[in-house]
Amino acid sequence: MNNPNQSLWEIFYKGLFEQNPIFRLALSLCPALAVTSTVVNALAMGLSVLFVITANNVVVSLFRHWVNPKVRVPVFITSIATIVTVVQLVLEAYFPELFKALSIYLALIVVFAIILARAEVFAAKNTVVPSFFDGFGMGAGFAGAMVLIGVIRELFGAGTIFGFQVFSDAYNPVLIMILPPGGFILIGVMIAGINLFGEYQEKNRAAKAKAGATPALQGSEA
Amino acid sequence: MGEYFTLFMGAVIVNNFVLTRFLGLCIFFGVSKNLNASVGMGMAVTSVMTLSSILAWAVYNYVLHPYNLTFLTTIVFVVLIASFVQLLEMIIKKHAPALYNMWGIYLVLIATNCIVLGVPLLNAESHFSFLKSVVHAIGSGVGFALAIILMASLREKLQYADVPKSLQGLGIAFILAGMLALSFFGFSGMIPL
Repeated sequence: MNNPNQSLWEIFYKGLFEQNPIFRLALSLCPALAVTSTVVNALAMGLSVLFVITANNVVVSLFRHWVNPKVRVPVFITSIATIVTVVQLVLEAYFPELFKALSIYLALIVVFAIILARAEVFAAKNTVVPSFFDGFGMGAGFAGAMVLIGVIRELFGAGTIFGFQVFSDAYNPVLIMILPPGGFILIGVMIAGINLFGEYQEKNRAAKAKAGATPALQGSEA
Repeated sequence: MGEYFTLFMGAVIVNNFVLTRFLGLCIFFGVSKNLNASVGMGMAVTSVMTLSSILAWAVYNYVLHPYNLTFLTTIVFVVLIASFVQLLEMIIKKHAPALYNMWGIYLVLIATNCIVLGVPLLNAESHFSFLKSVVHAIGSGVGFALAIILMASLREKLQYADVPKSLQGLGIAFILAGMLALSFFGFSGMIPL
């Protein structure tokens, strides 16, 4: 199904922006957003998902010939649940405060649609190396988006980043940003921003096509 | 009695799972375009969540906890709930085809869902008694139904509004959910947590 000429870099890169799991596909925007009120939690969650999705893609692509297609979904879910449990145990042992802060959201990584979707769409049909990069790209895109949301929420909601004070004491924190309603509104605005950017790009491309410009040259400038 | 009432109201309003804990967002945004579908989904989630909480409570308290297997909770709950929902679907399809035509599609959607898995996990984590687990599950389900029905009513009105192109769809839905969450925040002082 996948173009064999597609380079590993392209497979990795598409997850970062073009098919970013949070903003573009709106998949798995689920409960992860609850932990983005501080950057540290967002980063921990992002990295956990990055690890789970990459490891699961590798496992699924390794075993893809032995899994009967009829039972593939339960098998994939069990594989994801096992990897998530590994992450939970590691975090509980080495980073107990983080484990406490992420609480049940860590366990809920199991049902993130994006992980199962990547296993179904990509890893079940490709060899190990491309699957690894596909998972890594998607995971990195997810983690990047999480950190971005975390930075904005913590910066405006508490005036800090990673707990370090950024704004002076005179700054009066906008408490709503770290409360759940602020999270919803911020995501809405960000989705709109990305749509707006997409529209702008489209318009540019259309204008260029109309002008009959050489797209290869112009594309490299952008 | 008062304890259970507090737990129930807390789950419905103060700690609404969708609006303050971000659980079940996938179906919340996916289904809330249509009011009738939202009512059906709310009822399906409430009943499935209650039944799977009972099941999960039994497994946790009679198998996982006594044998020190609590580290397997995530795996066991996922498999348990997903297979239970599949089984429920088959039973309803066989014995109540009318009900299946109405609800069948929702059952498929919630087989592996954050909110249906989240509530049993929370119950297990807080070591709730049997009755408390059930009350908590029903409350969470009613809270979910309330949120999705409110949201669907708002979104149906939204169709007559002139929304900027880039905000259409998911963007405005998120902002709307934010407003809804904000108004639910007014309840937060009502019940001491």
